[in-house]
Amino acid sequence: MDGLKQRITAAIHNQPQPTVTVLSSLLAVEDAIGYIPKDAVEEVADLTGTTINDVWAVASFYPNFRFDPPCEHQLELCWGPSCHLMGAMAVIAAALDQVGVEGEGDTSDGKLSLRYNTCLGACAQAPVISADHNLMGRQSPEKVRAAVTALLASPSPHGQGGN
Amino acid sequence: MSFVELAAEADRRWKSLTEGETPWIRVGAALCGKAAGSDAVLVALESSLQRHGVAAQISEVGCLGPCFAEPLVDVQLPGGSRVIYRDVTPETAEEIVASHVVLGTPVAHLALGYIGESSIDGIPALSAHPMKASETRIALRNAGNIDPGDIYQYIANGGYQALNQSLTEMTAQEMLEQVNASGLRGRGGAAFATGTKWNFLAGSKEPVKYVLCNCEEGDPGAFNDKGILESDPHTVVEGIILAGYATGASNGYIFVRHGHDGPVDRARGAVEQAYELGLLGQNILGSDYSFDLEVALTGDSYVSGEETALMEAIEGKRSMPRYRPPFPAQVGLFGKPTNINNVKTLAYVPEIVAKGGAWFAGIGHGRSTGTAILCLSGPLNYTGMVEVPMGLNLNQVLYEIAGGIKGGKDLKLVQTGGPLGGVLGVDNMDLALDFEVFREAGAILGSGGIIAADEDTCIVDLTRALIAFCQYESCGKCFPCRMGMSHLLEVLERICRLEGERGDLELMRSVGLNMQAGSLCGHGQLGFNPVSSAIKYFGPEFDAHVLERRCPTGACLGVKFSPKLTRR
Ligand SMILES: Cc1cc2nc3c(=O)[nH]c(=O)nc-3n(C[C@H](O)[C@H](O)[C@H](O)COP(=O)(O)O)c2cc1C
Ligand code: FES
Repeated sequence: MDGLKQRITAAIHNQPQPTVTVLSSLLAVEDAIGYIPKDAVEEVADLTGTTINDVWAVASFYPNFRFDPPCEHQLELCWGPSCHLMGAMAVIAAALDQVGVEGEGDTSDGKLSLRYNTCLGACAQAPVISADHNLMGRQSPEKVRAAVTALLASPSPHGQGGN
Repeated sequence: MSFVELAAEADRRWKSLTEGETPWIRVGAALCGKAAGSDAVLVALESSLQRHGVAAQISEVGCLGPCFAEPLVDVQLPGGSRVIYRDVTPETAEEIVASHVVLGTPVAHLALGYIGESSIDGIPALSAHPMKASETRIALRNAGNIDPGDIYQYIANGGYQALNQSLTEMTAQEMLEQVNASGLRGRGGAAFATGTKWNFLAGSKEPVKYVLCNCEEGDPGAFNDKGILESDPHTVVEGIILAGYATGASNGYIFVRHGHDGPVDRARGAVEQAYELGLLGQNILGSDYSFDLEVALTGDSYVSGEETALMEAIEGKRSMPRYRPPFPAQVGLFGKPTNINNVKTLAYVPEIVAKGGAWFAGIGHGRSTGTAILCLSGPLNYTGMVEVPMGLNLNQVLYEIAGGIKGGKDLKLVQTGGPLGGVLGVDNMDLALDFEVFREAGAILGSGGIIAADEDTCIVDLTRALIAFCQYESCGKCFPCRMGMSHLLEVLERICRLEGERGDLELMRSVGLNMQAGSLCGHGQLGFNPVSSAIKYFGPEFDAHVLERRCPTGACLGVKFSPKLTRR
């Protein structure tokens, strides 16, 4: 996949942060491609003069990184205390049921990657979810079901077939 | 351009915006506005204006404070007062344009209040709203009022005056004296005296020294750092440059968590604009002071906000705390002397320099000078972000400013200062907003997050949720925290399942005391707080779970979700 290699290189070299580090490079790849391919680990190691092990050590520490292509859509559900007190557990239960999964992870049809988030930063609008990086507050079990349906029916933000 | 020319240009632009030909429509588009649906409102406003064939300037602004009423749309006709509309939907946006913008008739029934000199029939002054009535805005002075993407709007409202003034009229020593006199203390959690901290860095003669601005803000329930950064990024940038000047630092970083696009983009944009206008870089405003600033991101990690872990993250590593000593003021980022401050701390600095340390010290309560910037969440009538003088008590905050609990229910507890701050029972509601008063009560005022919980809340379930967070976020470097958190969570989950055993509370206590004594950073040292404070105020409720095997509210019987994957 030469296309992927080029995208990795472009992402790493065009990163917005002037101080280039292992972490800044990994974040740039994640933003551009949606995950950290093996090639990216090698390229980041080369660029920063570290080893593959060093890069893996960083990548595996931060749970926002994933190592296989994401699904077409991303759904994040806040389980932080403000959201918890405003009914996040019922919202999460409804979302999981609507998606047809038991917990965090990807659906088998490659449509949706689902994650819990510790705080989406809009606690005054709890419970909060994020659908393809759009924040949606004041959720209820009914609203989140509708949000999931709308999300799955919308075009994938990164085009066809994942990443 | 000299600063005088910059200020004149900014003034000219501001006048044409507020008193020119066309109306100015401001849409609250901070994280709170976005979560309430501001994007759809923005689209509706634009298409409605187009349909009516009227011109208006639309700006996406930050957080005005009353997040409960978002999306907020703020319409100002040339030279007139601003009308703030609440809970705007695409449909009411059309009504607002058709009536207010086109015909000049404000829609009273959709308005939250007006801001300005001339009153408007049927609409109350926003300053009379409970959330606004007690406010003293210093760090938040521009939030929601100006377009955070336009440096000229910041300058037109007095921005970068303090920087210009200090570069031309003040020595670094004089600036340090003002900050010392202000009594300013860190708003990142520990409430350490900012002037003292700056003195440490100023004392080092190394050529490369860093000032770091901490906007990690991983505390659930806290959004004021992100709120300030995305609502008024230049007050933070100016504060950082001033901190740099006072301490003789050469470089700075604004540290934000990846994924919060609003604050990240606003911060990056502000830095870029400040460079363009010569407010950053070589010879700032023609002086002999030079300072470079950039935005650095961290991945998801709560402990990244701890000052030494933060430096590891900027260096691109796993954000795990360092051993101290050496302290950051001697050996910090990339081995150089470093000062770390919270966003709020730095956001106060321009006003402190402009108005003098004594002015700031005259606001507040005891040794807690200035204001408290609070994030109100939970089942309150008015949730959002407010800036009030230190010294108000929790009753005033919860019942006056936040309008009490929704649905007339009773308050059960508040959770302050982030998950590590623990909880406070209702007997403590006369506590004043004051670092010492909170500390004496065993709580933390910290960064200003106040989460309220009502009578339906089960304390055991809430404690479990808080510890689930702390366990998930333990960085894993030191084992008292890593093992301790897991152990506490295991016991709490057992108690929640009504399978607790006699002696479980004692067991948690011994685990907790070991964490306190043996952990490397505050995460583990304070990690027992949620449990110990909960047991202190709600002992009988724990007993009901453990000894009688029942959950009085029934909350423990429901399903629970928390991430299975912890750090690897
Ligand atoms: C686990 C942990 C997390 C922290 N997170 C933050 C944070 O998100 N933001 C922050 O300003 N300070 C945080 N702190 C406190 C910082 O270590 C540091 O004291 C603070 O940034 C100093 O700024 P100040 O003097 O302006 O308060 C955290 C501390 C600990 C132990
Ligand atoms: S706790 Fe859910 S958005 Fe902050």
